Amino acid sequence: MTSPLIEARGLVRTYEVRQGMFGRMTPVRAVDGIDLKVMPGETLGVVGESGSGKSTLGRMLLGIDPPQDGQVIFDGKPMPKLGTREWRALRAKMQFVYQDPLAALDRRLTIAEQIGEPLAIHGLVPKQFQAARVAELMSAVGLRPDQAGRYPHELSGGQRQRAVIARALASRPKLLVCDEPVSALDVSIQAQVVNMLRDLQEENRIAMVFISHDLKVVRNVADRVAVMYLGRIVEEASSDVIFSTPLHPYTKALVSSVPVPGKLLKGRVILQGEPPNPARRPSGCAFHPRCPIAADICRTQVPQLLSVADGRTAACHMVAGVDQSVAA
Amino acid sequence: MVSNLVELRGLKVAFDGVQVLHGIDLEIGRGEAIGLVGESGCGKSVTWLAALGLLPGKATVTGSVRVDGQEILGQPRNVLEGVRGKRIAMIFQDPSSSLNPVLRVGRQITEALAIHRGLHGQAAKAEALRLLDMVGIPDARRRLELFPHEFSGGQCQRVMIAMALAGEPDLLVADEPTTALDATIQAQILDLLIGLRSETGMAMIFISHDLGAVSQVCERACVMYAGQVVEQGSIQALFDNPRHPYTRGLFDAIPRIDGPRQRLVPIPGTVPHPSDLPEGCAFSPRCSHVAIDCRTRRPELTAMDDGRRLSCHHPLGHHPEAHHPVDSTRPVEPRALEALS
Ligand SMILES: Nc1ncnc2c1ncn2[C@@H]1O[C@H](COP(=O)(O)OP(=O)(O)O)[C@@H](O)[C@H]1O
Ligand SMILES: Nc1ncnc2c1ncn2[C@@H]1O[C@H](COP(=O)(O)OP(=O)(O)O)[C@@H](O)[C@H]1O
Ligand code: SF4
Ligand SMILES: [Mg+2]
Ligand SMILES: [Mg+2]
Repeated sequence: MTSPLIEARGLVRTYEVRQGMFGRMTPVRAVDGIDLKVMPGETLGVVGESGSGKSTLGRMLLGIDPPQDGQVIFDGKPMPKLGTREWRALRAKMQFVYQDPLAALDRRLTIAEQIGEPLAIHGLVPKQFQAARVAELMSAVGLRPDQAGRYPHELSGGQRQRAVIARALASRPKLLVCDEPVSALDVSIQAQVVNMLRDLQEENRIAMVFISHDLKVVRNVADRVAVMYLGRIVEEASSDVIFSTPLHPYTKALVSSVPVPGKLLKGRVILQGEPPNPARRPSGCAFHPRCPIAADICRTQVPQLLSVADGRTAACHMVAGVDQSVAA
Repeated sequence: MVSNLVELRGLKVAFDGVQVLHGIDLEIGRGEAIGLVGESGCGKSVTWLAALGLLPGKATVTGSVRVDGQEILGQPRNVLEGVRGKRIAMIFQDPSSSLNPVLRVGRQITEALAIHRGLHGQAAKAEALRLLDMVGIPDARRRLELFPHEFSGGQCQRVMIAMALAGEPDLLVADEPTTALDATIQAQILDLLIGLRSETGMAMIFISHDLGAVSQVCERACVMYAGQVVEQGSIQALFDNPRHPYTRGLFDAIPRIDGPRQRLVPIPGTVPHPSDLPEGCAFSPRCSHVAIDCRTRRPELTAMDDGRRLSCHHPLGHHPEAHHPVDSTRPVEPRALEALS
């Protein structure tokens, strides 16, 4: 049996956040006890509303944001401390792609220079072969050779994101953490970038954590999906089943909020209320104030993430199968 | 004869000599909801900023914009101000562009009420409360005293809608009002807009690059590409049977939440820069249906038998069965049919 490329065990990250303009500092558990595994070459999708802790989780998986509790295991070894030589060496193996390519790119450097940067930094390719490798990477992400000398602001949003991905791939990573990589792009261009990512990933057997609030994109990119609510995973299953037969009431609500062309909004369940403030986490199941089927137990007892079917887990008192697996 | 609420005729815009809008024709009937769709940079926002006289001085605007038959384009400021906010209100993706960060929300709404409806004092305050209530802000009395940053993104959007409603407009232009929001909050705001429309009877222009969202709030849609309208018709007709390859491409690019998982279907290439438009049909370099004449002759927007308008030399078939998928990995299975059945 192959072992996971990356594994998170009981990850916790708390931020001190000021409540209001003059309020006290209050601890916010942005990531509140997360366990997950990603196998080599596999894609795990992470969905949830904004503020649910997706980006924090992504940064923790790369060791950029150190956990207060729990640990990250990469390739069988504990993640080295941020900034150490070991961590920097490991960074070549794990790359980050986030939403805003303009912020990720240096506006004073040409596209080719930026894509070549990691090759030089990590000393991955002898100098005389660097130009050839950059050209190869550019063609892999669908950039034209004549765009090599362009600056970031001279490219479209989709092309910039391609350049960021080319740079991320330069060091031949084993893991890509993509945080809302296509959220700022038009659907037409989103599809281009997503297809390209998938192809590159399959060809190079790269594992991917694909974070997005867009369920439709995640479903088509990921093999498996974890749904986050207030810093915790509330449901996890293969992407074939999680959106067609969601079990957790929150996943159900997310699915029914997705606009389907040609279908009217009428008659769909619209989740009321806003995501709660993580500084004031509701008691029991954090979802209970918005949950249409909450019972008394939901207000007092925290539901655990338990196995509910083959390869599926859910954290909900009202999901059938949970009780049996507790007993089991 | 029933006159239209608003009519745009041959609306053209150029920035520093570069033409970005190439003659937009659009009629909005009273109480009607029309979606404006297309990729970014196609001229959706500029159309309405131009119509309302909100573009910077370097913009050259020509054509005609009539409200209740009265021309407003090029009219003096006082005429425009009588229209903006009062007859036609506009809301944007980013609430911070309309909300003043250093003023309490209640004050901003009562100011709008003073300008547009001459309400002051207790009357204005009572009306502000009613508006906040109407847009679904709970505990409105207390919230009037808060500053914009004390509201979440979705609630800021609601406050902005309340301000837009202050002038009791006949037309609300909503420019990507839900683009930056979570799907759950987007669904709430769409629901709110649908409800407000049926309560007030106002007409609505819903600008979005999301055809899914548009089809939930609108009866008609107008697809724009590179500063032109390329197809226009009832939502039903466009979904059943998109005839412009660009419209079809926009539908196909939306990833599905149901059915088998499959490779996404992009539209290749990108929207051309306005200063570098291809000859002939502006969509020709990206079109799955392109023929030789497309590269030399520019198609005109033409009325079709079924009431739609279309600008394409080689439109897709009349019958949904005749559609050929853009991507051969996709089964022939027009989703529009399923969705409407
Ligand atoms: N650097 C930070 N300092 C303080 N609070 C933070 C920081 N980063 C995230 N948070 C808080 O942690 C929670 C989760 O945020 P985030 O991980 O960005 O969620 P998501 O990516 O799902 O939107 C939010 O309440 C956010 O305000
Ligand atoms: N103030 C401006 N100055 C110069 N060009 C502009 C300005 N505003 C918009 N444009 C250009 O006009 C075109 C249409 O833009 P816009 O209407 O904002 O597109 P959309 O709303 O469809 O995304 C784009 O090419 C854009 O770059
Ligand atoms: S545990 Fe209760 S409140 Fe939480 S999702 Fe399940 S039913 Fe709803
Ligand atoms: Mg985030
Ligand atoms: Mg716009």
